[in-house]
Amino acid sequence: MRILILRSRSTGGYVFYPRVAEPLTGATDLEWVEPSGIGTVYSTTVIRQKPPTPDYNLALIDLAEGPRMMSRVEGIAPDKVQIGMRVKAKVIREKDASLVVFEPA
Amino acid sequence: MLDTFPRAATAIVGAATYGLGEAPGFGNFDLAALASLRALALAGLKPSDVDGLGIVVMDEALSALNFAEYLGIQPRFIDNCRTGGSSFQIQAGIAALALASGQCDVMLIAYGSNQRSSAGKLVSSSRPSPWESPYRPLRPISGYALAAARHMHEFGTTKLQLGAVAVAARQWAQRNPDAFMREELTLDAYLAARMVADPFSTRDCCLVTDGAAAVVMVRADRAPALCRRPAYLLGAAHETTHREIAAMPSLTVSGTAAAAKRAFEQAHIGIADVDVVELYDAFTINTILFLEDMGFCRKGEGGPFVASGAIAPGGSLPVNTNGGGLSCTHPGMYGLFTIVEATQQLMGVCGERQIAEVDVAIAHGNGGELSSEAVLVLGSEATLSEA
Repeated sequence: MRILILRSRSTGGYVFYPRVAEPLTGATDLEWVEPSGIGTVYSTTVIRQKPPTPDYNLALIDLAEGPRMMSRVEGIAPDKVQIGMRVKAKVIREKDASLVVFEPA
Repeated sequence: MLDTFPRAATAIVGAATYGLGEAPGFGNFDLAALASLRALALAGLKPSDVDGLGIVVMDEALSALNFAEYLGIQPRFIDNCRTGGSSFQIQAGIAALALASGQCDVMLIAYGSNQRSSAGKLVSSSRPSPWESPYRPLRPISGYALAAARHMHEFGTTKLQLGAVAVAARQWAQRNPDAFMREELTLDAYLAARMVADPFSTRDCCLVTDGAAAVVMVRADRAPALCRRPAYLLGAAHETTHREIAAMPSLTVSGTAAAAKRAFEQAHIGIADVDVVELYDAFTINTILFLEDMGFCRKGEGGPFVASGAIAPGGSLPVNTNGGGLSCTHPGMYGLFTIVEATQQLMGVCGERQIAEVDVAIAHGNGGELSSEAVLVLGSEATLSEA
């Protein structure tokens, strides 16, 4: 399973979420490219649940290519995720859909 | 082109709330109508006098049409702007243009919600983002929690400083008989509250209440005949930065910075002229963020500023004198309530929480997840000669 985001051929700018034109430039010459999958945690929180339902992480990830996306960091306790942490993307299956999450790089 | 907002060309001559807290048995438009009748009566007016209407309710996209019909009026100017909690500041700014250009003569802006009695939780009026909802964000709390976490990371803001915002709001609420939560809130009780989304506990989050509010605006030349102490609209500006929190350019600078700069310039005021600030405190971080953005302290120094006691009763800058969204009321969209409180402070009718000698009051609105920020500058008669 691959991760793909959009990039403008003329401006070189990366675009996430997918849309028909690059923000601001309006460039429509967008193509699907595979990002490095490397990112940095821009902010993080823990959504607290009533026990025994486990708490879970919610984070904003700055992709190395530029765009920021909401996701979560797994493979580490949700309250141990820190701003500035380097993370790497992976694709999981959840509720019959593919989902991009991150784990410490 | 130069910004030629019509400074002090219009004024609020009636401002009222209705059913703050719990108002079972009433629908959204019932509550909005009851607040409207109160606001109109304060100016000696009735629904048939209204020819300009602004409203938005959570669950009806065409609210202005519904409410015009409800009141039995056929307005010649209407505004259904819906940017969330900032809608009413934006409507007031546009109303100033409409009134000043003769598009209408009496503008009513209203809001009502029975969300606590009908749903018991925040009623959403917007579809979730398909790019965010799979990660189960706790909207809108998690968006603001992410902003708070980032503020703590960049500037060393602490949980205790967030707590100072909650405690100050409660201390003001204790001076407001209409506030929903008035029992004492200590910092210890704040710290012991159940965590919801780090760094927020329940006491960092606004209330879920019923409630309604309304204001009546006319041109300034007519205002003194309708109201002893009108609240003149000196400046009105707003700024949109994003919809979803992931698209916010910086989580530690909101559109309030740009909006306040423009509104203050329109009003010919600086922060030293401001006597009272009513801002949209949906969450404790909001107060810190917006005070910084407006320039009452430097960016990053909002935490120490609020922890110094500056914004609490007796402090140097009265903020959210009604108790705010945190302790007074938060019926889904709170923006109109800051306008009412700022107006009532200018009118001198706030009882135990009244600030002495108010000439300039700020009424701030916030919509979405720090997405739409709007600032009104309201002034007393004394500010008219300063232009």
